[in-house]
Amino acid sequence: MSALLEARQITKSFPGVRALAGVNLRVGPGEVHALLGENGAGKSTLLKILSGAQAADAGEIRLNGTPLAGSHSPLERQQAGIVTIYQEFNLLPEMSVAENMYIGREPVRHGWVDWSRLYGQARSILSALGLQIEPRAAVRTLTVGEQQMVEIARAMTFEAKLIIMDEPTAALSVREVDTLQRIVRELRARGIGIIYVTHRLNEVSALCDRFTVLRDGKWVAEGDVRDHSPGDLVRLMVGRNVDLLRHRRHRAPSDEALRVEGVSWQPKTRTRAASLKDICMTVRSGEILGLAGLMGAGRTDFARILFGAEHCSAGTLWLQQDRVEMPRSPAEAIHQGITLLPEHRKRDGCFLEQSIRQNMTLPSLKKLTRWKWFVSDRREAHFVERYRRSLGIAMASDLTPIGHLSGGNQQKVLLARCLALAPKVLILDEPTRGVDIGAKAEVHELIRQTADSGVAVVVISSELLELLAISDRIGVFREGRLVAEVDGETATEPEVMSLMAVGTAA
Amino acid sequence: MEASATRMLQRYGTGWVLLLLAIVFTSQNSRFLSWRNLGYILTDVSICGIVAVGMTFVIISAGVDLAVGSVLGFAAMGAAWLIELSGLHLHPAWLFGLCTAAGLGAAAGFIHGKVTTALQVPPFITTLGGLSAWRGATLLINHGGPIHDFDAGYRWWGNGSVLGIPVPVLIFVIVASVGWVVQRYTRYGRHIYAVGGNVEAARLSGLNVKGLTSSVYVIVGTLAGLAGFLLSARLGSAEATAGTGYELRVIASVVIGGASLSGGTGGVGGTVMGALLIGVLSNGLVMMGVNSYYQEIVIGAIIVLAVALDSFAKRRA
Repeated sequence: MSALLEARQITKSFPGVRALAGVNLRVGPGEVHALLGENGAGKSTLLKILSGAQAADAGEIRLNGTPLAGSHSPLERQQAGIVTIYQEFNLLPEMSVAENMYIGREPVRHGWVDWSRLYGQARSILSALGLQIEPRAAVRTLTVGEQQMVEIARAMTFEAKLIIMDEPTAALSVREVDTLQRIVRELRARGIGIIYVTHRLNEVSALCDRFTVLRDGKWVAEGDVRDHSPGDLVRLMVGRNVDLLRHRRHRAPSDEALRVEGVSWQPKTRTRAASLKDICMTVRSGEILGLAGLMGAGRTDFARILFGAEHCSAGTLWLQQDRVEMPRSPAEAIHQGITLLPEHRKRDGCFLEQSIRQNMTLPSLKKLTRWKWFVSDRREAHFVERYRRSLGIAMASDLTPIGHLSGGNQQKVLLARCLALAPKVLILDEPTRGVDIGAKAEVHELIRQTADSGVAVVVISSELLELLAISDRIGVFREGRLVAEVDGETATEPEVMSLMAVGTAA
Repeated sequence: MEASATRMLQRYGTGWVLLLLAIVFTSQNSRFLSWRNLGYILTDVSICGIVAVGMTFVIISAGVDLAVGSVLGFAAMGAAWLIELSGLHLHPAWLFGLCTAAGLGAAAGFIHGKVTTALQVPPFITTLGGLSAWRGATLLINHGGPIHDFDAGYRWWGNGSVLGIPVPVLIFVIVASVGWVVQRYTRYGRHIYAVGGNVEAARLSGLNVKGLTSSVYVIVGTLAGLAGFLLSARLGSAEATAGTGYELRVIASVVIGGASLSGGTGGVGGTVMGALLIGVLSNGLVMMGVNSYYQEIVIGAIIVLAVALDSFAKRRA
């Protein structure tokens, strides 16, 4: 079978990092090709190069045998027949389904949009895919799954030859996943090639024909899905039997700091948030509990509930064995001794235009006042200096905007903000995202020190190695449930990976 | 470093323009720099400036209040009407007027704040409604007519002076100083910057975002009431149209002073400069005999220019 898409020796470097080194990918017509790898393996970079969002440093991409120009524009690639559906949809919520499908390419007559043709064409594409979606409906009224279908229908308007799907089922309900799989098979039957990125290995077995595995930016393996069990795939993805540098705890954890039982929660809007089902969990003082799970498994929502950022009525909370109300606001949670370092540093953490000092001291100003009401410059400067030293924050002056710092230093400033509140329970959501490797190790050390000082620490991370390196215990989330708990000192990467992806140990 | 340098340049930029204007106007008309005229400019600036100090808080919190002119008129008229209703037996009348005007302004601001936070109406819309509604209420009170039987004690607040400084100027200085201290040195001031800078981060830092947001409208409302009292004292009458169009001049002062309508930046110091700039400009143009229609055009151009400069500086930084 001749290849529909053939990418050869794709190489891409970013400052300081080689993201891809000589990667090959071959997809035939009518083939569903799984692209597998851990976080950071290079999948996203490869997708961006194929979709034209980024240019490769070296390598060649051929579509039906003709080389694609090195120029990189997503529009040109779409017109050539390569359409990408990203995790974050590119739909305009206020506009109709049909308008979204044809945006920028609306059929016109005498310079006016030809509405009847627009809706007619959209309707015929939707019904050809067997979808019951009204083309006049506003996109915001659709469920996440339906929005995904609209993205696919939009791809069809380009007469796509190759559709790239980046974790298409991450946020879908079980029934929506069935519909998606039906449509993927339908597309396959029409001879369209599909690159399917997922972490859910049971989907790979059910849906995909062939697979390619990337690891650390390198091509590792290609093969027929039929010949490989999910366990084989996990081994290929993880690959190494490296002894992890594990931080050991220096003392035995003491009493229970936080216990929750029966937390169930439904997101208010039809966003990508997962719903949570009956979660029970305990953390002890001095312990680091890692939370593993795929995107959309519900870890972040769970953390936000504990912190009062989302309201949840179903569930019971004990803090140091006292039964307390679930916090109804972050202010209440902080008062109870729970603090959260949010997942999106820039969006939810930083005041980018304000100084490092203002960012660090904001919730602690009460402790830094003079004559009751007035913030003392001197005490504030001392405060910042103390944390600058103990956390090793590199900065010229604490009066420069926090936006001027590197990611690692920004994160340390926010960590200082959390630590200054003297929490009993500290929840860290992706504490090292966007932090370079050197600073990562420092942040890990700080987390360990914090736990050793008697704080109960909960760490959420998408990087398994990180969780294995620092956690005393790891809780695994899957589809809104806490499905397993493993010992952080003995757990292995394939074991946890398999729990995340399939729900059982490999 | 670069950002703070451009910011300094920008802050003093307003000062330089002010100085330049003063030199130009003085060279054109020697009376510009007379005590009498300076007193006139400052008194004129003060009444708008007092409201602008409150507006600075609102704009830093990423809000806006379009209703200040109407609230000003409403508070002044309401206070005057209540005094008249009481049969002028209240002594001293000015104390009653001052408290009532400020109280009515605070109440109006409280309503704006509550509607904005509890009903989740954008402040632009809430106060656009207020702009119309409070003006209507003002006209209703005395069927559109003025009220003007203030005693000398009342009028002193608009026309008297202490050690040669007009009373409204003195009050402006006090209000601006208090505003500056609150912004610079109190937790409340910091919290307002935080809410305007990143509302989600502020909430996750444990701030009471709704309470803080409401509070700035109470502040600006109270100060609009105070300004209304001073204006009616100065004119010797509460006019139903008093304060019409003030919202534009007040917002312009804050924005020329370096605040961004997207919140998180700005300060009372800049606002005072902005208010002075507008005051000097309109007075100077009158002294030069420029057609008053041109003044409006010039002031409009200055506002746009100031914001263009601001976003240019931000892109550089």
